[in-house]
Amino acid sequence: MIRNITKQFGDSKANDNVHLTVRSGEVHALLGENGAGKSTLMNILYGLYKPTGGQIVYRGEEVVIDSPMKALSLGIGMVHQHFMLIPAFKTWENIILGTEGDGKLKVDVRIVRERILTIARQYSLQIDPDARISTLSVGLQQQVEIAKALYRGAELLILDEPTGVLTPPEKAKLFETLRSYANSGHSVIFISHKLDEVMEISDRVTVLRGGKNVATENTADMDKQKLARLMVGRNVDFGVQKDSFAGETSQVLSVHNLVVPGNRLVSSLKGVSFTIRAGEIVGIAGVDGNGQAELAEALTGLRHVEQGEVLLGGQNIKNISPRRVIDTGVALIPEDRKSVGTVKNYTIDQNIILRREKAPSASRHGMLAYKRITRRTDEMIKEYDIRYTGRYLPVSALSGGNLQKVILAREISANCRLLIAMHPTRGLDVGAIEFVHAKLLQAREKGTALLLISSELEEILALADRVFVMCDGRFAGELTQRNITMENIGMLMGGETLAAQKEGEADA
Amino acid sequence: MSVIFSEVFLVTLLAAGVRMAMPILLAATGEVFAERSGMLNINLEGQMLMGAFVSFVVGYYTHSMVLALAAGILAGVLTAMLMSLACITWHAQHTVVGITLNMFVLGFTSFWYRVAFGITTSPPKADLAGSGTQAIPLLSKIPLLGPVLFNQSFLFYAALIIVAVSYFVIFKTRFGLKIRAVGEYPRAAETMGVNQIKIRYISMAICGALAGLGGTFLSIISLNRFVDNITASRGFIALAIVIFGKWNPWLVLCGSLFFGIVDALQLRLQAIGLNVPYHLMLMLPYALTIVVMVFTAGKSESPAALGQDYEREVL
Repeated sequence: MIRNITKQFGDSKANDNVHLTVRSGEVHALLGENGAGKSTLMNILYGLYKPTGGQIVYRGEEVVIDSPMKALSLGIGMVHQHFMLIPAFKTWENIILGTEGDGKLKVDVRIVRERILTIARQYSLQIDPDARISTLSVGLQQQVEIAKALYRGAELLILDEPTGVLTPPEKAKLFETLRSYANSGHSVIFISHKLDEVMEISDRVTVLRGGKNVATENTADMDKQKLARLMVGRNVDFGVQKDSFAGETSQVLSVHNLVVPGNRLVSSLKGVSFTIRAGEIVGIAGVDGNGQAELAEALTGLRHVEQGEVLLGGQNIKNISPRRVIDTGVALIPEDRKSVGTVKNYTIDQNIILRREKAPSASRHGMLAYKRITRRTDEMIKEYDIRYTGRYLPVSALSGGNLQKVILAREISANCRLLIAMHPTRGLDVGAIEFVHAKLLQAREKGTALLLISSELEEILALADRVFVMCDGRFAGELTQRNITMENIGMLMGGETLAAQKEGEADA
Repeated sequence: MSVIFSEVFLVTLLAAGVRMAMPILLAATGEVFAERSGMLNINLEGQMLMGAFVSFVVGYYTHSMVLALAAGILAGVLTAMLMSLACITWHAQHTVVGITLNMFVLGFTSFWYRVAFGITTSPPKADLAGSGTQAIPLLSKIPLLGPVLFNQSFLFYAALIIVAVSYFVIFKTRFGLKIRAVGEYPRAAETMGVNQIKIRYISMAICGALAGLGGTFLSIISLNRFVDNITASRGFIALAIVIFGKWNPWLVLCGSLFFGIVDALQLRLQAIGLNVPYHLMLMLPYALTIVVMVFTAGKSESPAALGQDYEREVL
């Protein structure tokens, strides 16, 4: 149980008198938007952050948890959103790290291996003690994280946004594990901003908004709409309204027979052709790593094109420098907003003027014009509803949603002709997704050509006017307005080309 | 040229090479601990020099080898603690502190040496019992192997044991696991209940002790005296050898021997009187180290958090 916890960073409160009571044997969801203070609260419970005020009561006794060591010794384990695994280590090394041995000098790997496998069997985890972490898929790494906590005998398991990186079958497996864990009398705190998951897995749910408690309810008494209202503080529109695309506008981007070497063979582009018209959103669907990243990089001058043609409004932009690509009117919302999309030690102002530091709104005679920059940034912050903890703190202090808004503000306001958006809502909460979608549609209204690369099918379905499904560095098929359905995309993703497409057309 | 291929030449070359490798080996083994825990200890040179100076002074006045050794080790540890305080507790940058401390130690030792012994044409000698080499009866009579391996200082055998123990500690024990974890991903280590501050301090202390011992070897075992900057950048070579040795004590041993033997070779080539400026010979071990490093260095092998500061509440 957590009572009146307050955590202050500078002059902003990340947690303001937060209460949370978790019973044994339950899965308790902690729901809230990005920046609502969920992770902060859990880092306090795990001893990584010192609370500014409040108490933690564990098993009827007031405890001070001032380090993860203390948390672990109390039986609290945590699976962090960004895995706390050492890639260069083997699985068993990660699992026993920090544990005290049986008094022997040398680690007895045989016993350790045995114990790990026992735990793995008990909770149906798939663990190979001798596999190096760097060779494991994200899903398997997460299982190692869970095993780490269980190896220490954790009785309260905290999972911070555990499903963001999982495929649907991996998610189902995780839920199974959590269920069997809770059924044996232990407790789970499940942090999420995804409503479906909370409805599916939790017994009770506590909602945080803006660092404060909003409600604690039995999940059975709730539904998606009610939860969304609690979380965002207003009604949420799950559908996206957009006019259908007329198709009469001029052609902006024309790509012909593009051949680009990829990071792996499967992701090399092997002759890709398509066009985008002004005011059109072309969606690229497909399982990640089938050439989507290479496509975006090739179009923005970040990757060398071996063969083919890339024309922007009739002008060749193949293999020219990124600077010139930008000047031609191409904007990119990159996949990785933390290390590619922004400079994490820069402030919001500095990030917003990136790429346009030469524009009159940012500089005069080669000197940065700070007054103008501040004024412009203020406008952007208002227009894009960017919520920060400190105006002049590095953007690394922003939540994912707000960071993405900074990138949107920079890219969309550039009056670009072509906007490439890669996974623009990955890892964002409902409110932020709604916002990003609205902004992308706004850009479309203004006549920007959009290339939307996403592995979220709902997103493609909601936004795209035309869809290409990518598989093995090629387009497995094209779907136009009438036959864009979940089923058709799914089939094409699996590599069933012509037959599937014909079927799709017949259906429509 | 034919002298080079005689057995006598080879044996004395190898024996001298092993001897010259010792200070570097000790320091580099220490650096493996520091770097495995994420500390980029550029101050290695300073720790060696401080060890060399303090052990000489103590040895000179007490005539006790044991006290001199202890003092040298302690001096190395204290210097390393200065670096740790600045970098771990006060979060200063490793390279900046390391370089500054090196300059401080160079000035400190040269200054106090003059205060203690004045400026003389014949530098004072320590001449402690146990300095130089000790031939082991019988074993040292084995042809080739004997003079190379069994006519060395007692510290040579100690160093071999230290290398073996270091390997065991780093790769086979829970403590070593913690050291490596802190050097790879301090936050992850901390979430698993590892006190990363403590681990880094301990690793630095071990490093300081071994570097101090390396310096001690130079001053009171091999030369019997102290001169300004006696370490002559051996600490930096040790840094390079740690990379060459892929942060593994056994490979570090190979690297140190390689450097020591090349160093001994260039001295002998100078003595033979080849018609080449001796500066080129002096360059040889350093140049070869660079060449070998270029061809052997892998990219991803260094501890991932090497040289990085860690603060808990900073994301």
